[in-house]
Amino acid sequence: MCEQAVAAIIENHRGQPEALIHVLTAIQHELRWLPREVLARVAEALGVPLSQALQIASFYKVFSLTPKGRHEVHVCTGMTCHLCGGDRLLAKVEEATGLKPGETDAAGRFTLERGSCLGSCSIGPELIVDGRHHGRMTPEQVEVVLAQYP
Amino acid sequence: MPKFNTAAELEQYCAHLLAARDPARPCIAVCAGAACDGLDSAAVAQAFTDEIARQNLAGRLDLRVTGCHGFCEKGPNVIAGPQDICYFEVTPGDVPEIIRATLAGEVYEAKIYRDPETREKIAPMSEIPYYKHQVRLLIGDNPRLDPLKIDDYLAVGGYAALVKALTTMTPDDVLAEVKRADLRGRGGGGFPAGAKWETTKNAPEKTKYVIANGHEGESAAFMDRAMLTGNPHKVIEGLIIGAYAIGAHQGFIYTRHDAPRLVEHVKAALAQAEAYGFLGENILGSGFDFKVELHFDVGIFVSGESSALMRSIEGNAPEPRPKYIRTSVSGIWDKPSNLNNVETWANVPQIIARGAEWFAGIGSEKSKGTKLVSLSGHIVNSGIVEVPMGTTLRTLIFAIGGGVRDGKALKAVHFGGAMGGSLPVEYIDARLDFDEMSALGAPIGAGGLLVMNEDTDMVDIARYLMDFLVRESCGKCVPCREGMFQMLKILTGIAEGRGRKFDLERLAELAEVTSLGSLCALGKTSAAPVKSMLQYFRDEYTARIDAGSQTP
Amino acid sequence: MSQVTLKINDREVVAATGMSVLQAARQADIFIPTLCHHDRLEAYGGCRLCIVEVESRGRINHVVSCTYPVEQGLTVRTRTETVDRIRRVLVEELMAHAPDSPELKTLAEEYGADRNRFGKEPIFCVMCGLCVRYCAEIKGEHAVGFIENGPRREISFVPERAAKVCWDCQECFTVCPTSYAQAAYLLARGLAFPDAPGGAGPAK
Repeated sequence: MCEQAVAAIIENHRGQPEALIHVLTAIQHELRWLPREVLARVAEALGVPLSQALQIASFYKVFSLTPKGRHEVHVCTGMTCHLCGGDRLLAKVEEATGLKPGETDAAGRFTLERGSCLGSCSIGPELIVDGRHHGRMTPEQVEVVLAQYP
Repeated sequence: MPKFNTAAELEQYCAHLLAARDPARPCIAVCAGAACDGLDSAAVAQAFTDEIARQNLAGRLDLRVTGCHGFCEKGPNVIAGPQDICYFEVTPGDVPEIIRATLAGEVYEAKIYRDPETREKIAPMSEIPYYKHQVRLLIGDNPRLDPLKIDDYLAVGGYAALVKALTTMTPDDVLAEVKRADLRGRGGGGFPAGAKWETTKNAPEKTKYVIANGHEGESAAFMDRAMLTGNPHKVIEGLIIGAYAIGAHQGFIYTRHDAPRLVEHVKAALAQAEAYGFLGENILGSGFDFKVELHFDVGIFVSGESSALMRSIEGNAPEPRPKYIRTSVSGIWDKPSNLNNVETWANVPQIIARGAEWFAGIGSEKSKGTKLVSLSGHIVNSGIVEVPMGTTLRTLIFAIGGGVRDGKALKAVHFGGAMGGSLPVEYIDARLDFDEMSALGAPIGAGGLLVMNEDTDMVDIARYLMDFLVRESCGKCVPCREGMFQMLKILTGIAEGRGRKFDLERLAELAEVTSLGSLCALGKTSAAPVKSMLQYFRDEYTARIDAGSQTP
Repeated sequence: MSQVTLKINDREVVAATGMSVLQAARQADIFIPTLCHHDRLEAYGGCRLCIVEVESRGRINHVVSCTYPVEQGLTVRTRTETVDRIRRVLVEELMAHAPDSPELKTLAEEYGADRNRFGKEPIFCVMCGLCVRYCAEIKGEHAVGFIENGPRREISFVPERAAKVCWDCQECFTVCPTSYAQAAYLLARGLAFPDAPGGAGPAK
């Protein structure tokens, strides 16, 4: 299923070097990471050097060159969240998951990321799991929230 | 969906549309803005839908799920029309009572505003202090329309400015109007929009582009998202009018990938605008062609820098261009490209509809119109506010924002996110004005205002901001990549009690070299927080260094 | 081709329209330091060492001369107190990573840079991009590229390409100001394609 989708994304943009970011975004969406052999196929099909695909894939935060966990945990590190206790929240999430930002646990359950400001500053500090916002978080609530994501 | 081939067809349709709508009919507007959404306003909206169905109220009570109302602190927000009764912190359990009260022309007192000091209860929007001091020209329509319905936008007078521009004005007339209105860019620089448009318009290259920058990478700024998500057609209308003035036939909206509702609304709005004939060929029979493509950021701040943003639209690595040629002359694919942010474009329809004199009558001497400001940090009432330019920080923070949370004292006001500056409390009567705030070292940027209480550690703030910027730098040029890296190391040292006497001098020198030497706007302005700290909070830094050096 | 006259350090210099200030200066034998510039490559504007002060219509600005176009009546000053200070700090910043680069040592002497001003974190690369751009623009091979961003940015040989094309080229080694390109290549070859022509062969 995934393989077909990826092949379709690539085929739809064959010969379109300007679609590189679009294609990588779509594949990241589909697979939730960008395997190197897929990057090589994309580069070849779109007609861009592999070095450019690698530069873009490693440059932007959206792209991941390693597989991600089932649940993506973002602790907002925007300014307001920082001012309102985001550091303590992040420390607690690191402790609860055993992860540092950018890491995925061995069981593939969580990937922890520093989240950029999503503009929900009024309800910071925030924890965002799989796109779902958990606002006005205290460190004490972390375990309860994470338990909702097996 | 109807497609309008002429302005007359559209006007006829609008007349029918308005005739079919009863302004006196009760209507519930449930806010689905970013904060309310995070507070599960979806459950509240669902409860209204269910209750309306259960009581069979269709036709007697309208329900609208809308963009941000503004008072984010007290979400989920619900506004009940026609009297605009505001309900705050609404839960699904409140829904039956709100419906009952609304239909009976009454107020459900349990969830209306209560003044924290006088304990007085206030129901109508226009009397609540948070709203009373605002002039909501841009965001005021948010509660009045469902962003997914173009007819809602038409019903509040939407696309009338486009009709006026296309049918009664030449492109030169439109440009002249925007110049006379003295509209300045809302994205950060405050550069006159008309002059920028003119540069692109007059550039010799025939193919030209217009871009709406809705990336809003500035941390703690959230008004552009509220505008674009809550009323996408207003931005699109502004963009079409601008393209007409400039002579562009292709536009781009560049926005965030990580805001699903924003993406959904903009996509729907573009499709509807095209279906109605506001985008495409021969718009409303005027002979003017224009289409818009949607592009997304891929999660890095530097793509908010205009030349880097344009490289990203081209599909290239988002490194800024090293050329000394403005993007308004040579931008996307080296074509003249006029970029304005979402709020700037949103101002265009009203300037055309109501005229430059009207617009220039609002605001301060050199900053005209209103400004959207997002209030957050240690403030009682966090949210999005819209005030005339020239409003004092005191009005923003105290009269509207309700002052500092938890009874603490105000220490500083920070503007402009990671590339902004912090002003000490002494400047509380400074005015929201591009030039005045820049002169003070806290340029308004996009308009994110952060309130810091007496306990705020200013060394930590600078360290935190530099840490953020270091991660966002593209790394191409030395002063940005290395200068920020060294500044971060010094600030971390001071914060951790390892500061040394000459650190402030090293910081000042790095700040100067980074701002003079860097390639793009990110690097050039990255040292702004450090500069404002050294200007206003030097004593705190010195004290920290001294204290650190005493510990063994 | 039309010509313009500009002034560089009080000397009248004639240059062709479209030239950069750096090109005009070099043509007139006026030295401006650079690390990322190469005559055969597109101007890059990365190292910023070629920064100069320009005065045009009464306005003074600091610009990098490799990308700033000449214009009629422009006044350029290649050495001012501010320009020298910027260059000194840039050299000091780079010396934290490549303290023994001969080019940086020469510059340090000229601008009074202190190689110990900032804590050492040797990565030996100054990210001038000459290898990357040479490979892309002159050779058209794209065997080496940049990855990551900000201070994590680095050059990286792409094994899939490098294994095929680098063994009989290696011209990028000669444009590198720190010998890091060679080191990065040898490391990539050792790890990823020891069997390629010119390689060390399979690990024993």
